[in-house]
Amino acid sequence: MPAWTLRNSSSGRKRLRPDKNTLRAVKAAVFLAALIPLARLAAGAALGTLGANPIEKIIRTTGYWTLSFLLITLAVTPLRILSAQPWLARLRRMLGLFAFFYGTLHFTSYLVLDQFFDWPAILKDIAKRPFITVGFPSFVLLIPLAVTSTDAMMRRLGGKRWQRLHRLVYVSAAGGVVHYLWLVKKDISDPLRFAILLAMLLGFRAIVLLRRRRHAVPAA
Amino acid sequence: MRNACSPKIAPSEITPRDMYYGRRRFMQTAAGAAAAALLPRWLSAGEKLPGVRTGAYLLPDALTSFEDVTHYNNFYEFGTDKESPSRTAGSLKTRPWTVAVDGEVQKPKVFDIDELLKLAPLEERIYRLRCVEGWSMVVPWVGFPLAELIKRVEPTGNARFAEFITLHDPAQMPGQKSAVLDWPYREALRLDEAMHPLTLLVFGLYGEVLPNQNGAPVRVMVPWKYGFKSAKSIVRIRFVEQQPVSTWTQAVPSEYGFYANVNPEVDHPRWSQAKERRLGEFFKRPTLMFNGYAEQVAHLYAGMDLKKFF
Repeated sequence: MPAWTLRNSSSGRKRLRPDKNTLRAVKAAVFLAALIPLARLAAGAALGTLGANPIEKIIRTTGYWTLSFLLITLAVTPLRILSAQPWLARLRRMLGLFAFFYGTLHFTSYLVLDQFFDWPAILKDIAKRPFITVGFPSFVLLIPLAVTSTDAMMRRLGGKRWQRLHRLVYVSAAGGVVHYLWLVKKDISDPLRFAILLAMLLGFRAIVLLRRRRHAVPAA
Repeated sequence: MRNACSPKIAPSEITPRDMYYGRRRFMQTAAGAAAAALLPRWLSAGEKLPGVRTGAYLLPDALTSFEDVTHYNNFYEFGTDKESPSRTAGSLKTRPWTVAVDGEVQKPKVFDIDELLKLAPLEERIYRLRCVEGWSMVVPWVGFPLAELIKRVEPTGNARFAEFITLHDPAQMPGQKSAVLDWPYREALRLDEAMHPLTLLVFGLYGEVLPNQNGAPVRVMVPWKYGFKSAKSIVRIRFVEQQPVSTWTQAVPSEYGFYANVNPEVDHPRWSQAKERRLGEFFKRPTLMFNGYAEQVAHLYAGMDLKKFF
């Protein structure tokens, strides 16, 4: 029995469709790949190869991967549409949860490793340091999304409301990019790369929306 | 013996100096005495600097390891992350090298680096280095007071500031191919700051010739100011009447002032300066006024509003 079936879609493009077991294998592979950054950090910490400032390295790396997984998650829909491979949508929830996972590691490493529960200092940071003022809510916004990511919650909320809620991810990703931009001293090339990618991903959605609106207007 | 350390440090924190140095010091002194007579024409990174005496400026703080001091560097000429300089600074050629000392001086002169090295006796000084980013290290530098050089060129009455200019050569300094800062790197001190006995002209660290990534072949070290004030790989020292605009001030004037004195009470606009992470330590420690050198330098700024002159 073939793992992938090939079908012709209405638009004439070939569509791959993985069977249940294949999809499960693909998901497992993505899951393991998504753990590689964490595994590398853990190995570095165990071997003492995280450099002169391991705490900074851990915070930077987890932050980098939070933003990366947010963008990867946001890339699923454009990729699905452009490649006409609807099954890609099946990976989206897991990728989004990995963004939340790395975000949680990022936040807790700031809380424990960097500040060691120095609450007054943390509150002062949130209130006074612009990059933390914007970074903190960007992370907090991901919490309701993670909580409502289950099938049961999706059913409870209903498709429309669930979708509206989950648009918060755009705000969170934009906040994350600004957080990174405001953190760096001078060399903004890395945060700028994230900003450009995010602009492309959001731009794609804007174009799709505009087209849909235009098509919805009955021809005069 | 004068001691530059802050008196507020618990005796339990004091690690005997011999633990780091004991044998090494003896062998160095012996080797130094022998080598001083037949000083090699030039020295390269990793070689022992001959004839280094122990200076009067010691600290009770534990030293940051040689590995960390040489692999965690802010030196944008070799890349904007801290690991790059140790990887890429090999392209810097430190011989031949000259340092032009000119401007408002009676005796301007172009010094060959090896001549400069012998201008005054080399001494070792252990200084705290506090970066504006909120981390710090403790480094045993080798050099002599910058004042020794300044005295020889005889600044005129118009000389109010000393400006330090770093080499500008993108072929040797690949980071200069990017316009992240306005090259060459420029930094400056008020003349009294430059003449202060703590201000060190540095040729080495850990008893060895300065590694390229730490600002070879010659840099300054101003221990009561944030690290970026201490210019590296210097090719020119210019004495001027008007306050120069340093590179970081020019880049972001609201964040990097001319003085840049370490001050836990004046925050950087985007982060707190109240605490610092000493490399190798888990808990942050409180940042000391003037990086712990208040006793020596606070008088330089008497009557100044340090929030305004940050």
